[in-house]
Amino acid sequence: MAVVTTPKPSEELISINKTLDQTNTITLRIARSNPAEGQETSYSEFKVPVKKWTTVLEAILYVKQNLDHAVAVRYSCRQASCGSCGMKINGKPGLACYTKVSELKSNVITVEPMNNFPIIRDLAVDFKQLISNHKKMKPFIIREDSEVTPESKEFIQTPKDLENFLQFSYCIKCGLCNSACPTMATDTSFIGPQGLAQAYRYVADNRDKGKEDRLKIVDDSHGIWRCHFAGSCSHVCPKGVDPAMAIQLLRGYMLGFQK
Amino acid sequence: MRESIIMKIHYGTALGAVALVAVHILMRMTQNFDQSLQYQNVIANYHFLPYALMLEAVLILLSVHGFNGLRVILLELKQGSTYERMVNYGSIAAMAVLIAYGSRTILMAGMGIS
Repeated sequence: MAVVTTPKPSEELISINKTLDQTNTITLRIARSNPAEGQETSYSEFKVPVKKWTTVLEAILYVKQNLDHAVAVRYSCRQASCGSCGMKINGKPGLACYTKVSELKSNVITVEPMNNFPIIRDLAVDFKQLISNHKKMKPFIIREDSEVTPESKEFIQTPKDLENFLQFSYCIKCGLCNSACPTMATDTSFIGPQGLAQAYRYVADNRDKGKEDRLKIVDDSHGIWRCHFAGSCSHVCPKGVDPAMAIQLLRGYMLGFQK
Repeated sequence: MRESIIMKIHYGTALGAVALVAVHILMRMTQNFDQSLQYQNVIANYHFLPYALMLEAVLILLSVHGFNGLRVILLELKQGSTYERMVNYGSIAAMAVLIAYGSRTILMAGMGIS
């Protein structure tokens, strides 16, 4: 029989404090570019002190505060809720505020702007197309009786109905899925996994009556059929949304497998 | 035509082509492979009406599926309304030409014209 021994509270505290206090120095390579001024991408290297809990965003902000104020980066909430700080970290799309330096297991960390987005400057990219495609999907409940009147009743939804779309409503529009999508790399008109997942989120909502409208919008030569099901969108999503599955389920509606 | 209808045709032709090409390959096994490719045996295939019709169906299915696949690849490669129109009409034209030329071969061989 296995015997599990728990450390005494004092021992545990000491070992945690030891690890937390340990400061390492990493090399942070930041991609620098300014397309508006025709500046090609180059990499600036900085030595940054980090602790076990330091996130990539904190490392970048350390550079901004102490070493180079001109680094352009977009960020806001620092807790993976706003979706502002998406970037490529050691080649993989991720949220800088949600990625700890220690989990990358490397002393050299390279941060670059997300793929498949026009670069504004350094790590900041232009979200116009993503937001425009998101809007095109009519991301709201469509029904004639949506106005609240004294006679109106609540739209009843069971927990099972909610399950159909709940995970897709967690999308924070960070653009990581679009950045990882291989189709978006060549097809600039492709709606993208973010938009398609949002279309599914509302199509699967039993309170919504705008299914036909949305299915028409995604049924385009650069719409849902251009997805090759690489699945990289689902792999990089920091909120656990599975856009690849949403796309397949939405196809099910279009092929008549789902009503 | 809506993209969903085109893609339904695309998936349908793929399934049809797999089934008929399987029959076509299995027919090679009715005799030795080298014998099945001898001139008189190949011509005999075209003279056998059901088999000739199946070859015509394979030709149509593969042309439609193949050129639509090529259209999709080309649309993903580059965008622009003129380019996309050219690709769409070009694929239909190429599809029609290949089906016409293949049908001509099947007909001529079937009727014994060389």
